[in-house]
Amino acid sequence: MSEHLLSIVLFTPLAGLLVLLFIPGTQKNLIRWWANITAAAGFLVSLPLVFGFDKSRDGYQFVEKLDWIPALGVQYIIGIDGISLLLVMLTTIMGFLAIFSSWDAIDHRVKEYYAMFLLQQTGMIGVFISLDFLLFYVFWELVLVPMYFIIGVWGGPRKLYAAIKFFLYTLAGGVLMLLGILTLYFQHAAQTGVYTFEIAALMNTPMQLWVERLVFWSFFAGFAIKVPMFPFHTWLPDAHTEAPTAGSVILAAVLLKMGTYGFIRFSLPLLPQASSDAVIVNVLVALSLIGIIYGALVSLMQRDWKRLVAYSSVSHLGFCTLGIFALNQSGLTGSVIQQVNHGISTGMLFLIVGVIYERRHTREIKDYGGLAHVMPNYAIVFAFAMLSSAGLPLLNGFIGEFTILQGAFQANYLWGAFAVTGIIFGAAYLLWLYQRTMLGEVTNEKNKGLPDLNWREWAVFVPLMIWAVSIGVYPKPYFDILEKPVAQIVERVNSHRTAPVLAEIPRPEIDPR
Amino acid sequence: MNFLDLIWLIPFLPLIGAGIMLLFGRRLSKTAIGIISPGSVLLAFLLSLGAVIQLAGLEKREHQVVLGPWIEFLHADWGYLLDPLSSVMILVVTFVGFLIHVYAVGYMGHEHGPNHGGFYRFFGYLNLFVFFMLTLVLANNFALLFVGWEGVGLCSYLLIGFYFHKKSAGDAGNKAFIVNRIGDAAFILGMFLVFQLTGSLRFTDMNAALDGGQFSPEVAGFGILSVTALLLFIGATGKSAQAPLYVWLPDAMEGPTPVSALIHAATMVTAGVYMVARASALFVLTPDTSMIIAAVGAFTAIFAASIGLVQNDIKRVLAYSTVSQLGFMFLAAGVGAYWVAIFHLYTHAFFKALLFLGSGSVIHAMGGEQDMRRMGGLKDKIPITFRVMFVGSLAIAGIPGLAGFFSKDEILWQTWSSPIGSKALFLVGLITAAMTAFYMWRLVFMTFYGEPRMDEHTKAHIHESPPVMTYPLIVLAAGSVAAGWIGIPRLFGENNLFQALEHWLAPVFAHGAVPAAVHHHSHAVEALLMAISVAVALGGIFFARHVYLRLKEEQRPAGGALYKVLLNKWYVDELYSFLFVNGLSKGGGTVMAEFDRRFVDGGVNGTAWLTRMVSNISIWYDTWIVDGLVNLTAFFVRALSFPVRFLQTGWVQSYALVFVAGVLLAAGYYWLGR
Repeated sequence: MSEHLLSIVLFTPLAGLLVLLFIPGTQKNLIRWWANITAAAGFLVSLPLVFGFDKSRDGYQFVEKLDWIPALGVQYIIGIDGISLLLVMLTTIMGFLAIFSSWDAIDHRVKEYYAMFLLQQTGMIGVFISLDFLLFYVFWELVLVPMYFIIGVWGGPRKLYAAIKFFLYTLAGGVLMLLGILTLYFQHAAQTGVYTFEIAALMNTPMQLWVERLVFWSFFAGFAIKVPMFPFHTWLPDAHTEAPTAGSVILAAVLLKMGTYGFIRFSLPLLPQASSDAVIVNVLVALSLIGIIYGALVSLMQRDWKRLVAYSSVSHLGFCTLGIFALNQSGLTGSVIQQVNHGISTGMLFLIVGVIYERRHTREIKDYGGLAHVMPNYAIVFAFAMLSSAGLPLLNGFIGEFTILQGAFQANYLWGAFAVTGIIFGAAYLLWLYQRTMLGEVTNEKNKGLPDLNWREWAVFVPLMIWAVSIGVYPKPYFDILEKPVAQIVERVNSHRTAPVLAEIPRPEIDPR
Repeated sequence: MNFLDLIWLIPFLPLIGAGIMLLFGRRLSKTAIGIISPGSVLLAFLLSLGAVIQLAGLEKREHQVVLGPWIEFLHADWGYLLDPLSSVMILVVTFVGFLIHVYAVGYMGHEHGPNHGGFYRFFGYLNLFVFFMLTLVLANNFALLFVGWEGVGLCSYLLIGFYFHKKSAGDAGNKAFIVNRIGDAAFILGMFLVFQLTGSLRFTDMNAALDGGQFSPEVAGFGILSVTALLLFIGATGKSAQAPLYVWLPDAMEGPTPVSALIHAATMVTAGVYMVARASALFVLTPDTSMIIAAVGAFTAIFAASIGLVQNDIKRVLAYSTVSQLGFMFLAAGVGAYWVAIFHLYTHAFFKALLFLGSGSVIHAMGGEQDMRRMGGLKDKIPITFRVMFVGSLAIAGIPGLAGFFSKDEILWQTWSSPIGSKALFLVGLITAAMTAFYMWRLVFMTFYGEPRMDEHTKAHIHESPPVMTYPLIVLAAGSVAAGWIGIPRLFGENNLFQALEHWLAPVFAHGAVPAAVHHHSHAVEALLMAISVAVALGGIFFARHVYLRLKEEQRPAGGALYKVLLNKWYVDELYSFLFVNGLSKGGGTVMAEFDRRFVDGGVNGTAWLTRMVSNISIWYDTWIVDGLVNLTAFFVRALSFPVRFLQTGWVQSYALVFVAGVLLAAGYYWLGR
């Protein structure tokens, strides 16, 4: 049983999906119950991963290995380290909450809707646990399909445009990435005579720098579009805005992390020379910094509530990629923590838009104002999410942002100095949004008498709020879980670094305690 | 009982209060709230008192309690440090905080609306503020200090926007939060530099490294230490409302008056001064930055005072006064007199809290009116408020014997005598002192003396505040008189009681690397300067009396151009609004959003368009060229076959005809050819 734990986590949603297919489409409540039970089960079976995880061990845990297509050297290898563990947990938790939050929101094609979500769960978990590159690629592309339908069928007015844009844009990136994967595969075969997609084996493929760079850029196409990094981000606001609430939540909380995860799991360890190459690092950091400031400024001027939140993701993900390419312990650790944090905070922000959209069916900021009088509890939850997203200490966002900033600053003073302006603009667009929607008098007649949060909405928000506070007050477990895997990656990249990027300030020795 | 190990409980007591208020407050009665909320702060005060008394008995007056790890790699724990500096701060925060809580029970008791106008919400935020403020001053490392730092900022935002139905309140809250964030950004970078320099964010580690002699004072230029110090100071200018980031504080007066007293006068805004004092080991190594601090402090002091001279809103006068007094504190810190900065912080907490609460009592009596032009003659209507305001105004003006005199005079003296200070800075301080006396007494005369200028309805309803409000005022008035007696100049005798505060704080500000400045000035000079400053203060008071009591309205000097500039606060708000709000943020945001739509997304849509275009061309090509070629071939064959079609008709008769004709032609050719 326990040696297949990871496979169970991976296939629980899929198994639930198979059963779901046999429930007649007219039994809407039964479908809802079943989907929720499956999603909850998906979360519960992932819990033993946390308890069974040994953070003092190097390398992967819960590893399973089977041949899949022996002729091509494709295997079914799955396993997790601290980085994947956090993202898998994020997926199972957010997946459950997203499915739970859809109860009232979705009323047509209910069966298909939940089927898509469950399929997507398996796809996303697969991405985070695959240790075979082709297996990874299969899951990577698998995720596209359900999200395409979720946006395209249950989305807003411009859903078809958004869905096709999302699909084609990310597919294009994926295909370019595949070229890189194949290059790596054939390079490895040319040198060792072994055809394999296993990550561990591909790590030992000495390549010329130009080949590594080429592969890096092809990976970049796949990952940067997914993250999304500036200037490949414009599919995101459309997809987010048009998707149904739960779709936006999953998109922001989990799907985007596939891109950052790709950089951390594949680009850095597999291509350490290219990843520490001065040109590449500078380009990636520059794009991240532009993303942070640009995303925040564009966010400030949005008239559409949901689009504003979508652009804020561009800014926050800029912090994540900045942390990665700071190429040091704090930067990378902060980046992974911030990925979890962004899932929580932005997930909440999208849920908040969803709550009001269900009541009023408009996303225009100017249609609101003074909601704090009508829906005081809603206003409190929104304030909480806003503060968590703006990185207020003792909430989750601060830990990630602060650690990333420290890493960036340590790598290069100027990177830190530019990135830190993000916290000013970040506060600005959120506070202004809050003021325009929640504060002031109720000016719009239609907003009078709106019901406050119901128990189901509370049930979605409360766990997220508790999670946010727990990270903010006691982040030690996260740092502990990430310490080994991050150190390994940082060490590997820096040992291949051709020239030191910066000079350290001489620092006097101090007794650490 | 060992209070020293319980110092972590000092901030957590008000946190418990806040938790009760915010979670269950809606179900509590007003009385229960009025007991629990101030009670939690009172308990914190008593605990602080016990801890400080035990601290005094220690050999080395420094005690740390670490509850657990927080951000380990920065050596930032849930750790608390009680030393002479933090002990002064916790006593001020809890004592003044408690009095203001009690006052607020009366002041906020008249709020109408659901849940008594958010009575529980108000006290929840107020207790939360005290928690964060105590965390700020008790933290044993920069990161936890920053928790308090941001937390008090949050509470400030929440309380400024307490009347959130008013747009101006929301605006003021946003302004405060965002302007503070600008300072915070610099503060964060400064913290990272401290970490890189000393390897730890813990104050004791930092001090050990900085005092240890590895770093020599940066006398020859602007080095890394100076940059670090400057970044931290920029952080302080945000929280403590110094130029150029002072603009949020006057607007913060949108909050209820007890908030103005507690947060925007007595405690939170002094956090920057505290932080600079806390990092004094760093600042003493950077004379350049120290000079900048002194200059910024002096400039802010006189600049804000100049605006305060002409404001008509009673709370705005006090707000600019606060900015100005904070400038004095930074002037002291800048010239290296850290203990004097803390001294003034402490006396200011009493008299400024008193003045704000007193003004609240006036506003309360006037039914919400804040414009002094519609007050006047309130002296006998609200006698207690009048008397305490009178005392507070004497104290801030620097009348000998009262609290403000000792601390302000010490600042002026240190500015004169310190090697970093100068005669010019002293002069700025002196002029500011005169202006302070003038605007404060202008306030007193406009409010309490002269003819009543309010309408009849308001006049009929003027009443003294209830005891729950006046008792705290009386206690604060006593403090405004006596608080300075622990910092009496050596001029009047040297003993442990007179210089108690200086001795108490001395170990915190003793830094090995830099010997304390030795003053070469005689007591005679000090006495002379003191006489001048007293004369200047009296001059300010009498000038105000002359203008606002003796002269009739029309006799007063007409408002010239300068008056208009001052009344409009030097147009700084307009300038900032133009440059940073509408220019950088909204303008930049609009440009970026358009850029995003047209170019970045335009590029994507352009690619899609290009793909469709290529696809259309392909379709055309496929239809007309590729398929056309096939069809053309077919056509060509058909065309070629066209003539043949006429021959191959399938009729035997026509074949026979052609056959016969052919035979005849062949035969004819043969014969004729011959």
